[in-house]
Amino acid sequence: MEFLSYISLTFIPLLIGFILLYGTYKRVPTYESFVEGGKEGIKIAVSIIPFLVGMLVAISVFRASGALDALMNLLRPLMKSIGVPEEIAPLIFIRPISGTAALGMTSDLIANYGPDTFIGRLASVLQGSTDTTFYVLTVYFGAVGIKKMGDALKVGLLADVVGIIISIVVVIFFFGTN
Amino acid sequence: MVNYIWVLITVIGIIFALFNGTIGDVNKAVFDGAKEAVTICIGLISVLVFWLGMMRIAEESGLLEKLSRLFRPLVKLLFPEVPVNHPAMGYILSNMISNMFGLGNAATPLGIKAMEELKKLNGEKNSASRSMVTFLAINTASITIIPTTVIAIRMNYHSVSPTEIVVPTIITTLLSAIGAVLIDRYFYYRRRRKG
Repeated sequence: MEFLSYISLTFIPLLIGFILLYGTYKRVPTYESFVEGGKEGIKIAVSIIPFLVGMLVAISVFRASGALDALMNLLRPLMKSIGVPEEIAPLIFIRPISGTAALGMTSDLIANYGPDTFIGRLASVLQGSTDTTFYVLTVYFGAVGIKKMGDALKVGLLADVVGIIISIVVVIFFFGTN
Repeated sequence: MVNYIWVLITVIGIIFALFNGTIGDVNKAVFDGAKEAVTICIGLISVLVFWLGMMRIAEESGLLEKLSRLFRPLVKLLFPEVPVNHPAMGYILSNMISNMFGLGNAATPLGIKAMEELKKLNGEKNSASRSMVTFLAINTASITIIPTTVIAIRMNYHSVSPTEIVVPTIITTLLSAIGAVLIDRYFYYRRRRKG
């Protein structure tokens, strides 16, 4: 495992070095290409702003009003009845909506219940194996100006539900429910 | 659909706040949310500029094409509509690989480039194509090999074994990615039946 985290640390510098050397070897005008490609990055970042402002304002209004908490309280008994600890229910709802909030909640759960408990482990696996669906959708589709999302949101959210169920099963399988 | 969801979330929040006495918080949340969005985008500039610059070199030197040749069978299975030599393939693959190593910073620019190429394939239409929906499904399921952030948090709180969740996370992420692809396929065939 130490080896794995070492790889992930060295991966980026090595990749950069490799791309540069390979580009030079293939006689690509490296610096000029870099600048040309980079210019595109500025355009993309600026073009995402309105999409993200719209989405994040809606989500923060929903959260600040207390509506999200109310919804979670409503769904808590349901979650509990299928074997999800009550404490982890809020994380499940916040994960697809807000990345920062989910990360905060995960650290909170790990701090309060300990990393080596059922709740701590489940929060860890959930955090690691899912992504913020709304954010991914907004940024990716926003950047290229897709207005009709088709089934993307439905598919993304259903995939989240499946991911959550699988993480519960896998954590119980590996560590039990202690 | 996104229009309705967007309005619904906002309006429910405002109405709820009126009854809940949290209208002051909501007032603040409007501006905080907008500010956070701009902060995220500004933060993205550095990452986007750097990785798109690097990727331009990788593209011009033929590295991206080499990469897509390596994983061609898998990606062909996932994205039957994308021609094998299309640049979209290279971007899709680099995005997936960056995600696997938890390089979210590098993954986003590549994902956006992939989307751009997929849009070109789709005749520059404003609606999401089949491949775009598949690509998003895989991304939201987020295939991870090393969940670095989570490991860091676990270390912080003195876990006996901070990395014990790596294998369960890999298994979960693989299974849920397969699940995501199956769900995606189900919706695709349902759309087709409807015409």
